[in-house]
Amino acid sequence: MTSESEKGGKRRLTPREQKQRREFLRSVVLAGGVVATSLLGFVPVVSSKQLRLRPPGALAEREFLAACIKCGQCEQVCPVEAIHLADLTDGFGVGVPFIDARAQACDFSCDGLQCVLACPTGALSHELDYPHQTRMGFARLARPKACLAVQGKGFKGLARGASFDGKLRYDEIDRWNPLYVRDHPYDLEICDLCVRQCPIQIRIGQCEAGTPPSGDENQCPPRPAIHLEAIEDGSGTVRMKPVVLDGCVGCGVCEMICPAEDGPAIVVDARKTAEEATA
Amino acid sequence: MSYIGESFLRLLGKEPARPTKEDIRPEAQEIHFYKKANKVITREHILKLHEVPQKKTWRNRRWLTLLAINLLFVVSYHLDIQLLEGALTASRFMGFHMADLNSSLQVMLAFKEVLINLVIGTSTVLVMWLLLGGRTFCSWVCPYHLLAEWAEKLHLKLVEKKIIKGRTFHRGTRTVLYVVFALLAFVTGYTVFETISPTGILSRALIYGPGVALVWVGLLLLFEIFVSRRAWCRYVCPIGITYGIVGLVSPLRVEYNVVNCAHEGDCRKACLVPHVLDMTIKGRARDVNVPVGADCTRCGICVDLCPTDSLKFVYKWPGK
Repeated sequence: MTSESEKGGKRRLTPREQKQRREFLRSVVLAGGVVATSLLGFVPVVSSKQLRLRPPGALAEREFLAACIKCGQCEQVCPVEAIHLADLTDGFGVGVPFIDARAQACDFSCDGLQCVLACPTGALSHELDYPHQTRMGFARLARPKACLAVQGKGFKGLARGASFDGKLRYDEIDRWNPLYVRDHPYDLEICDLCVRQCPIQIRIGQCEAGTPPSGDENQCPPRPAIHLEAIEDGSGTVRMKPVVLDGCVGCGVCEMICPAEDGPAIVVDARKTAEEATA
Repeated sequence: MSYIGESFLRLLGKEPARPTKEDIRPEAQEIHFYKKANKVITREHILKLHEVPQKKTWRNRRWLTLLAINLLFVVSYHLDIQLLEGALTASRFMGFHMADLNSSLQVMLAFKEVLINLVIGTSTVLVMWLLLGGRTFCSWVCPYHLLAEWAEKLHLKLVEKKIIKGRTFHRGTRTVLYVVFALLAFVTGYTVFETISPTGILSRALIYGPGVALVWVGLLLLFEIFVSRRAWCRYVCPIGITYGIVGLVSPLRVEYNVVNCAHEGDCRKACLVPHVLDMTIKGRARDVNVPVGADCTRCGICVDLCPTDSLKFVYKWPGK
């Protein structure tokens, strides 16, 4: 309300003033629209029930979204191409890196945590030097009945079929280049793929054999991540159960390699720690 | 008012004002007076000037540069030659850190911690654009700018055929949004602007593959085609203000010389930010040579367009 109209004597606006007023109102609508649209980014952040698995060294989710500059340098250096950038459907998380473990887990092929070194903002914490220091999540035997070891079964063939594009580093074949999982058939009396391919367990094995990765003792994980425990049920068949231990870093290789029918028997809960998992 | 002060206020949204007689230097007054008294500029004179074919020198150089830089990101990643890693928001050029000033600002405000790598990247880019003109980033690097230029052509055609009526907004809107997005980053702790930045979205889409985010870029382009000419760059994008501030003191500028100008105004009609070319209006030049303000993206469209070479790129520090 202008002072003129309060007095009752309405002054007619000049065409120029009318034009300016319309432009001002339009501008308010434009600014409001832009801000409102940008704030829609909140919705996926608040409503997402499951947290994404983030690359090694990722800060706590809130800080991670704040610190990440959305450049994808981590994606570019990953030798197994485990890292992808999220789409706009992740709201404020657009352009932020994540790992889809079932499709391609982080197998620490690079040893030196290349993604952490590539990160320009410290969203992937530079306080990390070795794979065993990371805490991306924690593995969990989600469907014990589907687990071949629990059923007392072995495994023969390709873990994920002939069309699976995932890669792992098979140290004994090629120290430097990750190879396709589909090129490596297994023949196991009792399925132990989640333990056999666990990057932490592999390192522990190398250290025990006196050949730590890159000849660096610091690469040796202090605690085991997973092992098989025998199930005593008196039936006579050998049945084993994978048990996740507090050395698990949540890299997702077990979830990726699990050959169980209808999806993995073992999965990684992103962001979960050993303490939370055992509590 | 000083050149930098005036330039800054216009960047924020101030409309240029007609200078008073005292504002105009005597040498410039003499030229204005001469042109008026002798009626040098006639319709025939202007038509004759425009007989020469339109130059596209700077446009071609600029489009080539823009495409080359963006493709270098793509090629570098896909051929794994590690020349230019990352995206426009942050990258490494031959291993050396670079960080977009606006993206860094958003991250610093949201995260409230600054890593040395980011300081290096931001300083490098700051010095680079300080030497190269500031908003030069917009027209020579930003991939959205190129798409918007094509959308602008469509928009102008539709307006010309009277199919649509172009809408304008107040230029101060961009300043308000700049403050709002800075505050939002600080208060919410999220890089809110990055979510809708077509610059980041397009750069990532080129390098890492397309996604749903491109729908947003498409909507922006449709808005610019059917509603308002170059709306994102003119009235919204905070990146423009960030680099505009760098450009305030940059030596790389377009400079106007009043002597041969026919004042026909084609440059202002083609310009993304015509308020920086207000000295080309008859009688407005305060001096014989007038530097163009910070909001100028150094795209060179006016330089190409000007038939009398009254607009030219110069390299001199402000005040020199």
